[in-house]
Amino acid sequence: MQASTSILSATAIDKIFPGARALDGVDFSLQRGEVHALLGENGAGKSTLVKCLTGAYRRDGGRILLDGADVDPQSTLEAQNLGIGTVYQEVNLLPNLTVAENLFLGRQPKRFGFIDSREMNRRAKALLAEYDLDIDVTAELAAYSVAVQQVIAIARAVDLSGKVLILDEPTASLDAHEVAMLFRIVRRLKERGLGIIFITHFLEQVYDISDRITVLRNGKLVGTRATADLPRRDLIAMMLGRELVQEVAAEHGAKGEGGEVRFRFRNFGRKGHIQAFDLDVRRGEVVGVAGLLGSGRTETAEIMFGAERADSGTAEADGRALDLSSPRSAIREKFGFCPEDRKVDGIIGDLSVRENIALALQARRGWARPISRSEQDRLADEYIRALDIRTSDREKPIKLLSGGNQQKAILARWLATNPDFLILDEPTRGIDVGAHAEIIRLIESLCEKGMSLIVISSELEELVAYSSRVIVLRDRAHVAELVGNQVTTDGIVEAIAASAGRVDA
Amino acid sequence: MNPRYLPLTATIAIFLIAYAVCIAQYPNMLSTRVIGNLLTDNAFLGIAAVGMTFVILSGGIDLSIGAVIAFTGVFLAVLLQATSIHPLVAFVLALAITTAFGALMGAIIHHLEMPPFIVTLAGMFLARGMAFVLSIDSIPIKHPFYATLKSAYYKLPGGGRITLIGGLMLLVFALGILIAHRTRFGANVYALGGGAPTARLMGVPIGRTTIGIYALSGFLAGLSGIVFSLYTSAGYSLATVGVELDAIAAVVIGGTLLTGGSGFIAGTLVGILIQGLIQTYITFDGSLSSWWTKILIGLLLFAFILLQKGLILVTDRRRRHA
Repeated sequence: MQASTSILSATAIDKIFPGARALDGVDFSLQRGEVHALLGENGAGKSTLVKCLTGAYRRDGGRILLDGADVDPQSTLEAQNLGIGTVYQEVNLLPNLTVAENLFLGRQPKRFGFIDSREMNRRAKALLAEYDLDIDVTAELAAYSVAVQQVIAIARAVDLSGKVLILDEPTASLDAHEVAMLFRIVRRLKERGLGIIFITHFLEQVYDISDRITVLRNGKLVGTRATADLPRRDLIAMMLGRELVQEVAAEHGAKGEGGEVRFRFRNFGRKGHIQAFDLDVRRGEVVGVAGLLGSGRTETAEIMFGAERADSGTAEADGRALDLSSPRSAIREKFGFCPEDRKVDGIIGDLSVRENIALALQARRGWARPISRSEQDRLADEYIRALDIRTSDREKPIKLLSGGNQQKAILARWLATNPDFLILDEPTRGIDVGAHAEIIRLIESLCEKGMSLIVISSELEELVAYSSRVIVLRDRAHVAELVGNQVTTDGIVEAIAASAGRVDA
Repeated sequence: MNPRYLPLTATIAIFLIAYAVCIAQYPNMLSTRVIGNLLTDNAFLGIAAVGMTFVILSGGIDLSIGAVIAFTGVFLAVLLQATSIHPLVAFVLALAITTAFGALMGAIIHHLEMPPFIVTLAGMFLARGMAFVLSIDSIPIKHPFYATLKSAYYKLPGGGRITLIGGLMLLVFALGILIAHRTRFGANVYALGGGAPTARLMGVPIGRTTIGIYALSGFLAGLSGIVFSLYTSAGYSLATVGVELDAIAAVVIGGTLLTGGSGFIAGTLVGILIQGLIQTYITFDGSLSSWWTKILIGLLLFAFILLQKGLILVTDRRRRHA
């Protein structure tokens, strides 16, 4: 490690959650006066790494050196006092206090034992002047736009910490003009010698502001490069992975093309959500969906399942029009959807494995026709065996299972409804390698049985392994469809980068 | 104008208009006597409401204060009847007990992560029960020191009197305003009301502040109990039932947001005065049932809840356009 020039260096950081290794020996170093972009898809370990650095999580292994000295922050407060400040996408300030109170909460200037408001407001004004912000500091924070609040949050963090500034998706809700303002400030802080970690999923902004890029994938370090030496294409390949198995791809590419077209989406879309697209899905076919975070992958799934109502186009199955206006009607049309964040959208942690599996089937039958206990038991046992869900018994609360087994239980929930059309959003996210392979085998066997699947994944090797076709998304639109021999990791990376270049040009 | 002063301004405007209406109908109401009585009659409620304002500003609620006031009254009466200790010593004892009681509730709320509603509801039953254990009868207090305290007043021009307890209430309000706006504790109370998780991230000592808030509310409820025993010269375990609700009403009419984080101690004083004014009007009229007080307070509360909701909508929209 270049201990001499780096202000913050982390070596071999491990973080283990039940059922998943969130960080696996990750190295990261931050120079004085540099903007270092931290990139990776959802679940790659970016936020886990940041939380380890800021003391929000305790790391399970590795060292963190700040200014050459070992540090082990136990809380965000301690990290702040050590010199590591963080600004989150959701502004972490208090909207009901004035701007000045927010800046000086807990360290208000005092006079005769009482807070000296005039002095506090004067100092707040002076502090914000450094950021070219001339606003009424006695007004409530809530009166200002998110961009201004963001700058105030940065001012507070820098004033409190002053060595390392972590910006976690600060631009997500800002417009182009506001981003430019924010970047002016970031450049000035950089000149002052701060080390800045910048997390975002906007690649243009990465190239605009960062000096170096570190990419994480599946909790592992993919690499750290100088931004100038890393073409966009290579960056995307780093983020999505391309340790490809070409022969597997070719073999599977030929598969499933023989079946007749079963589902037909025409001009299907929703304004502001996903641009209208056409899509045919054959019987027994897996259609992969690829694209970077925020490209409209999940939006595509949501609109097909009725979680967001389409405002244009038609969907039909075997020539019959489908009603996909709500998840309930989609379930009635024999659609199934395993969402991306199973902790939030999928499992109900305190219910047993059996109850979680029976849930979707019960929803389709309606509350008036309950599934008998013996039938639920039979169903649960059947799928626990069929999918090899590892649990001591079917009455165990599902939250006690590992990530991979939870994922299989959700899959079982939808398989129990015997769907014709199944959408899987990141089915292998956050589960260990062994479970990965099992899920992939499961996907293949499902499609052999004649089910049609849409699989969204940021693991390109996986997509290539089981998809007969791959739809490529960018900026909330379907921009390419790869068929047959085109379905390779290289091909997908090429398609994403090509369309990226075209849009930017 | 800064939107956060709007509820306070509305409260003051309502008070002035209401007072003007009263004077138009009963010119006698424009006298320092009426104002002096307004302060004296509502002193115990006002003192307790200051504590309630801090609690509500922090996003909590304290349902125990009515019971704590009654307990303090009975405690003082029993102590002064059964022993020969000086009332001042009894006051200190009572305040120590009620402050500790409040601090205990705050500690439970913080450390066991219990909703304040439930914890202070339990506190309410506990304090009321303790009052009954001490005595079920109304016990008169006949100590000469009480007579001295009751006869102390400052004479206003026009014959009105600021009694000791009325003046004490004004002093408590002044100190409350100072604590709320000129100390770190006060800033932390507002921060807590703005959002506890964010406040924690910003370094506010959540536990210390929460315990402090309920201890302050307990202390002021105890002080209110002392004032109430001076006012009635008796202790009775069935007294001041529902006073916590009157205090909450005064706080909300005074422009403090029930969800916490926004409001002023001074607003609560005006809220108290509005309640007292309605009561006085009904007394002057003589033919109206005293239940009209409750009806008018109810309507005012509704109006203020609507005003707050409207304000939140307006500020949200303004921010979106900013």
